[in-house]
Amino acid sequence: MTAVDQKQLQEFKQQAEAWFAENTPREVDFMLPLTFMEVGTDQQFEFLRAWQNKVYEAGYLGAHWPKEFGGGGLDRAFQDVATKAMAAERTPIMLNAIGLNWTGPLLLDRGSEEEKKKYIKGILSAEEIWCQGFSEPDHGSDLGNAQTRAVREGDEYVINGSKIWTTQGNYADYMILLARTNPQAESKYKGLSFFLSPMKGQGIETVPIRKLTGEYGFTQTFFDNARIPASCLMGQEGEGWLIAMQTLEYERGARSGQAGGHVMMSADPADILELARHAQINGKPAIEDPAIREELVALMTEARALGLNSRRDKIQPLAQDRPMSLALGSKLASTDFYQRLNAFAIAMQGTRAAYYVGDPQAHDNGVWQRGYLNSFSATIGGGTSQIQRNIIGEHVLGLPKG
Amino acid sequence: MSALINAGLTPSIGLSEEQAQLIDIAQNFCRDKSPIDQVRKLLDDDTGFDPAVWREIAELGWLGIGVPEEFGGIGLGLGELVPIVEQMGRHLMALPFVSTIVAAQAILHAGTSQQQQKYLPALASGTAASLALCEENADWDLENISCTASQTDQGLVLSGRKFLVTDAHQAELFIVSVRYDDKPALVIVPRAALAEGAMSREKIIDDTRRSYALDLNGVCVDADSLMEQAKAAETLAYIELASSLLLAAEMVGGAYNVIDYTLDYLKTRKQFGKLIGSYQSLKHTMVDAHMGYERARSHLYSAAYLFDQQGEGEVAVRMAKAEANEAFSFAADRAIQFHGGFGFTYDCDAQLYRRRAIWCSALHGDARYHRRKLADLML
Ligand SMILES: Cc1cc2nc3c(=O)[nH]c(=O)nc-3n(C[C@H](O)[C@H](O)[C@H](O)COP(=O)(O)OP(=O)(O)OC[C@H]3O[C@@H](n4cnc5c(N)ncnc54)[C@H](O)[C@@H]3O)c2cc1C
Repeated sequence: MTAVDQKQLQEFKQQAEAWFAENTPREVDFMLPLTFMEVGTDQQFEFLRAWQNKVYEAGYLGAHWPKEFGGGGLDRAFQDVATKAMAAERTPIMLNAIGLNWTGPLLLDRGSEEEKKKYIKGILSAEEIWCQGFSEPDHGSDLGNAQTRAVREGDEYVINGSKIWTTQGNYADYMILLARTNPQAESKYKGLSFFLSPMKGQGIETVPIRKLTGEYGFTQTFFDNARIPASCLMGQEGEGWLIAMQTLEYERGARSGQAGGHVMMSADPADILELARHAQINGKPAIEDPAIREELVALMTEARALGLNSRRDKIQPLAQDRPMSLALGSKLASTDFYQRLNAFAIAMQGTRAAYYVGDPQAHDNGVWQRGYLNSFSATIGGGTSQIQRNIIGEHVLGLPKG
Repeated sequence: MSALINAGLTPSIGLSEEQAQLIDIAQNFCRDKSPIDQVRKLLDDDTGFDPAVWREIAELGWLGIGVPEEFGGIGLGLGELVPIVEQMGRHLMALPFVSTIVAAQAILHAGTSQQQQKYLPALASGTAASLALCEENADWDLENISCTASQTDQGLVLSGRKFLVTDAHQAELFIVSVRYDDKPALVIVPRAALAEGAMSREKIIDDTRRSYALDLNGVCVDADSLMEQAKAAETLAYIELASSLLLAAEMVGGAYNVIDYTLDYLKTRKQFGKLIGSYQSLKHTMVDAHMGYERARSHLYSAAYLFDQQGEGEVAVRMAKAEANEAFSFAADRAIQFHGGFGFTYDCDAQLYRRRAIWCSALHGDARYHRRKLADLML
C-alpha cells in the first residue's frame, strides 16, 4: 500500500458520516439484535441482511478488500473510518459476522484464487451467510478433540456427527467446519481437516436452541451421512487445526484483515452515565452517590484503557516487551469489562433492577438486563475467559501448561 | 471534558522520536547501573544512591530535558521524561531525580525571572532539589497548609514542620509551601538556610528511599525567596499532576519487574511434582496482574502525551496514577504470596516492590483520591 491520501480519506470520512446519518434506519418497530449472535427471528434476519447489503453497495463494507473479489480496493484506513461512522451513528449491526470477520480474512490470507472468487463477494453482500462449526456437544474448550467425522469417498466427503452452538446455523449457506479425517493420526490435532461446507443439502439439519434470554440465535447442527464435494476441503487433510487456530486469531482480534463494520453493539460507557443521572437510589439520582461515582469513574477509566491498549499496540517501542500481549489480551479485557459494566448498570437501579425488556417500569427498556445476560456470549463464545487466561499465561507470560 | 467522553472518542496516545530513543537508552542504563545486588547494597547506605550514577545522569542531560534552552536545558515537555522514570522504576532506583525535575518545573512556573536564572541552570546540570509540601495533616490537598512565612526586617521568616521531604540530605534547595498573607505561597529555601538539626531522617516503608522531616521554625531566607504568589495555587496543582505522572511512571515500571520476578519463580519452583506456574490459581492471577499492568501502561503513555493539554491532561494523569497504584499494588501483593515462605523473607525482592507500591500510592493520592477528583471532572 502506498501512503494514504489524507485528503481523499477525509472526503471519504465525510461522505460515510453523511451517508450513515441519512440512511440509518430509525423507526424500527421490532427489537433489533445487539450482536450477530442474537439473530432470533426471520424478521430480524431479513432486515439485517438487507441493511448489510445496502451498506456494502454504498461502499462502506470491505472497502479495503481487493476489488477483483468484490471489495473496494482501498487502504484499510478507509474501512476503519467507515466502521467508526457506523458505530458512532449506532447503526444496526452487520449480520454476516462470521463471513466478514473470520472466514473472509482467512480466505484472503490463505485461500485459493478459486475460493476467493467464489465466496468473498457473497460474504460482503450478505447474499451468502456463513456459520462456524467448531464446537461439539462433548468438545468445546477442548476443541482439538472434535470428533465429527469426514470420510473421503471419491469426489466427496461424507460427514457424520454434530456441531453445537452454531450461531446463525439455521440461516447459513456455508459453514467453516472442523472435522476429523484421520482418527489414527499421531496426535489428535493432526487428524483434523478444515472444510468450507455447504449447509443446504441432504443429511444436514439444524435445530434452534433457546438462549438464556429466551430468544434464539444459535443451533445444534446434525450431519447424517451428509455428502459434500471434496473440493470443499481447505488446504490439505491434516491442516485443520492449523487453519482453525488461524481462524480463532481473527475471531479474538489477535490478527487483522476483517471486512470491518460493527457486528456487536456494545453499551457505550457514556450511556451508563445517562442511566446514572436518571436512575434513583435512596431517593436521589444514582450519580450523586459517592460509591457509585467512584465505580463509574473506575469503569470509564477501564473503558478508556481498552481503546488506548489497541492504539499502543501499533506503537512498536511501546509494545515490544511481551510481544502479542495486547493483541491476545484484548478479547479477555473487553468482554469481561462489558459484563461488569452491564452488571453495575443493573445494580444502580434500585427495585427497578428487577424488570426486564418490555415492561414500562424497566430503565432503558431493559437494555442493561438483556445486555448483561447476553454479555456471556462473548465471555464463553470464541474461547472462554478461562481459556483466554490460559493462552495469555502460556503464550505471553511463558508459564508452563497445566 | 464530558463532551469528549460522551462522544465516545478515545483519547490519544503517541510517542515522540526522543521518547522512543530514550526507552532503549534508559533501559540499558538502568539495567547496568541498578542490578538487584546494587539495590540491596544501597539499602543500608545513608545516601541511598550512588553519587557517581547521579553525575552520569546529569551528564546524559536528562535533568535538563524539561528545562528551556535559555537555562541550559533542552526544553521538551515533561511527558518526555516518562520513559526514563519508568525504567528507573523497573530497577528500583532511588535518586533525587523526580524531586529535582519537579522542583525545576515549579520554578519555571512560578519563579521570578531572577530565581529562574539563578536556579534553573544548576538544576538542569546536577544540583539536586526537593519539595517540602506534606504536613502533619496527612492531606493530599497541597493547599491545606499550616506552615507560614512572614516578612520581617531580617527577611522572610518561616515556621512549622514539613514531612516526607525526599532526599533532603542531598538537596541543595527546597521548594517549600507555606501560608503567606494567609494564602498559599511557595518559597525557595537554600540548604544553607536550615539550622543544624533541622532535618531528621524518617522511618519510611520503602527501604530504598531516604526521607526527612524538616523543621522550619527559625528559618530565615532573603525576602526575594518568595515565588510569585499569584501563581502559587496553580503551581501547587501543577506539582501534584507532574509528580503524579512521574510516580505513575515509576509504578508502572515497578509492576513490570515484579511480575517478571514472580514469573521466574513460577517457572522454576516445583510442588506436587509440577512447576507451580502450571496451577491456574497462580497462572490466572498472574494474567490478571499483567493485564492490570498493560492498562496502567497505556494510561501512563496517554498521560505523558496529553500532559500539557488543559483539562484533558489532568484527567489522563489522574487515571494513570489511579491505575498504576492499583496495578503495582496488586502485582506486588501477589508476588509475596506466590513466593510462599520465601516470600515472607527480607531476602525475597517481592517485599521491596510491595513497600515501594505503598510509598508511591501514599504520595500525591491513592486510587480512590484520584477517582473522586475524576468524578468531579467527568460526571
Ligand atoms: C453465544 C454463543 C455463540 C457461539 N457460537 C459458536 C459458533 O458459531 N460456532 C462454534 O463452533 N461454537 C460457538 N460457540 C461455542 C463456544 O465456542 C463454546 O461454548 C466454548 O468454546 C466453550 O466450550 P463449552 O461450551 O463446551 O464449555 P466447556 O469447554 O465444557 O467449559 C465449561 C467451563 O469449564 C471451563 N474450562 C474448560 N476447560 C478449561 C481449562 N482447561 N482450564 C480452565 N477452565 C476450563 C470453561 O471456561 C467453562 O467455564 C458459541 C457459544 C456461545 C455462548
